[in-house]
Amino acid sequence: MRAIYILCVRQLKRYQRSPARIVGSLGQPVVFLLALGFGFGATFAKAGAGNYFNFVTPGIVAMGILFTAVFSGIEIIWDRQFGFLKETLVAPVSRLQIVLGRVLGGAIVAMMQGAVVFLVCLAFGFRFGSWLLLPLAIVFMFLISVLFTSIGTAIGSVLQDMQGFPLVMNFLVMPLFFFSDALFPMNGLPKALTVALRLNPLTYGIDGLRGALGDTFAFSAITDFAVLLVASSILLSIGSYLFSKIQL
Amino acid sequence: MTNEIIVVQDLVKNYGDFCAVNHISFAVPEGKIFGFLGPNGAGKTTTIKMLTTVLAPTSGTMRVNGHDPVHDQKQVRRSFGIVFQDASLDDELTGLENMNLHGGLYGVPLRERATRSQMLLELIGLWDRRNDFVKRYSGGMKRRLEVARALLHQPRILFLDEPTIGLDPQTRNHIWSHIQTLSKEHNVTVLFTTHYMEEADRVAAEVAVIDQGKIVAQDAPSALKEQTHSATLEDAFIALTGHGIRDEEASAVDNMRRMARVWGRRR
Repeated sequence: MRAIYILCVRQLKRYQRSPARIVGSLGQPVVFLLALGFGFGATFAKAGAGNYFNFVTPGIVAMGILFTAVFSGIEIIWDRQFGFLKETLVAPVSRLQIVLGRVLGGAIVAMMQGAVVFLVCLAFGFRFGSWLLLPLAIVFMFLISVLFTSIGTAIGSVLQDMQGFPLVMNFLVMPLFFFSDALFPMNGLPKALTVALRLNPLTYGIDGLRGALGDTFAFSAITDFAVLLVASSILLSIGSYLFSKIQL
Repeated sequence: MTNEIIVVQDLVKNYGDFCAVNHISFAVPEGKIFGFLGPNGAGKTTTIKMLTTVLAPTSGTMRVNGHDPVHDQKQVRRSFGIVFQDASLDDELTGLENMNLHGGLYGVPLRERATRSQMLLELIGLWDRRNDFVKRYSGGMKRRLEVARALLHQPRILFLDEPTIGLDPQTRNHIWSHIQTLSKEHNVTVLFTTHYMEEADRVAAEVAVIDQGKIVAQDAPSALKEQTHSATLEDAFIALTGHGIRDEEASAVDNMRRMARVWGRRR
């Protein structure tokens, strides 16, 4: 437990000490929010689908979480490179504790980044359905964070250097984001796209977040929660396993 | 008869067809400073990695402080402190935070952590800089901090993998005098590798010369000089290992360091 806590605190300290990183990773979601949120608003409303800005906000929050979480996981590569990883690997604590500490720390960082994005959305005019469901929204944010920090951890344990990073971004993170319900509603889509969306765990995370923030659930809160819980458990196990196999 | 704290028998590590460590055996008596010498790529670091539980051997047996690094990893890890060949500090934390993190990972009680951190940081002359970020430290300061950190949990054995590489003579002397004092006062066994032969000559009670995965000689530095009729340990070393220059393959980490420099990230 102690090691988990210590490594978790380390991640938080590093996050809090790099305002450049906080602001920097805000850029992309904010551009999406402003361009799409306001750009598609009129068309969306004309189609009778409601307020697009409100619709897209959970997607944008999830985007902030997704990128930060995957990156937090992949930070293992930097730690391997700058050597700190070795310090933890020779310490008398189990690999599982190390990996749990890293994932938990990374997930909290991702969640905080998501919260910052959400505050920006609020500032630009997002309207809450009900504050009462905020704890539920936080639960979904946490699950999304754990899920994608685990994916990042799994990848970071396997990759030896940063050369593979663009590959991960363009062939994993980007598709996960675009083939989800982040930017468009799920009804009336081509069959193939529907299948892709339904296979993507992020879809359930965003649906849960959207429901909790005041829109309607496409699935249900229970389904979203169950899918996310199962997916993040599986990926956390894979991440832990791959991490335990690291040799220096 | 002194107690042998590190015992290695018939240790082998193969990477595919390549044999990095080829049936080596040696023993280090408790409280001694033991030097591990060899050209680049001889298998020194590989051996240390196996002794410190981060690499599994192909075959052979090891005993570190009476425990097996393959099966009793936790006990072995508690027994040693290590200074790696390259940096292993968290640059974004302060010197003291690095010490605290280490103390936490090793389960050193809070109060003891504070007093020992202060004692060690004062000893290596970094107490005044304890609240500075490690990224602001010079190479020598980082090394000193790593030595202090490795000793925080009062290990029985200290592994030093080229601890003085890239440091000026003043810092090297400084670091070694501390290590010698600590080793004597606390009966800490030291196993180190180095390319600086005069350093090994000065501090090591015994050295093993390893070349192409095999130990080619093992004795006190004076005995090795006598045996090879050499004036210095460096001459003895060359007499034992030959004049050929060894190539080492660049590892993925080296490649990435290069990339990181190009990107200018974090440093």
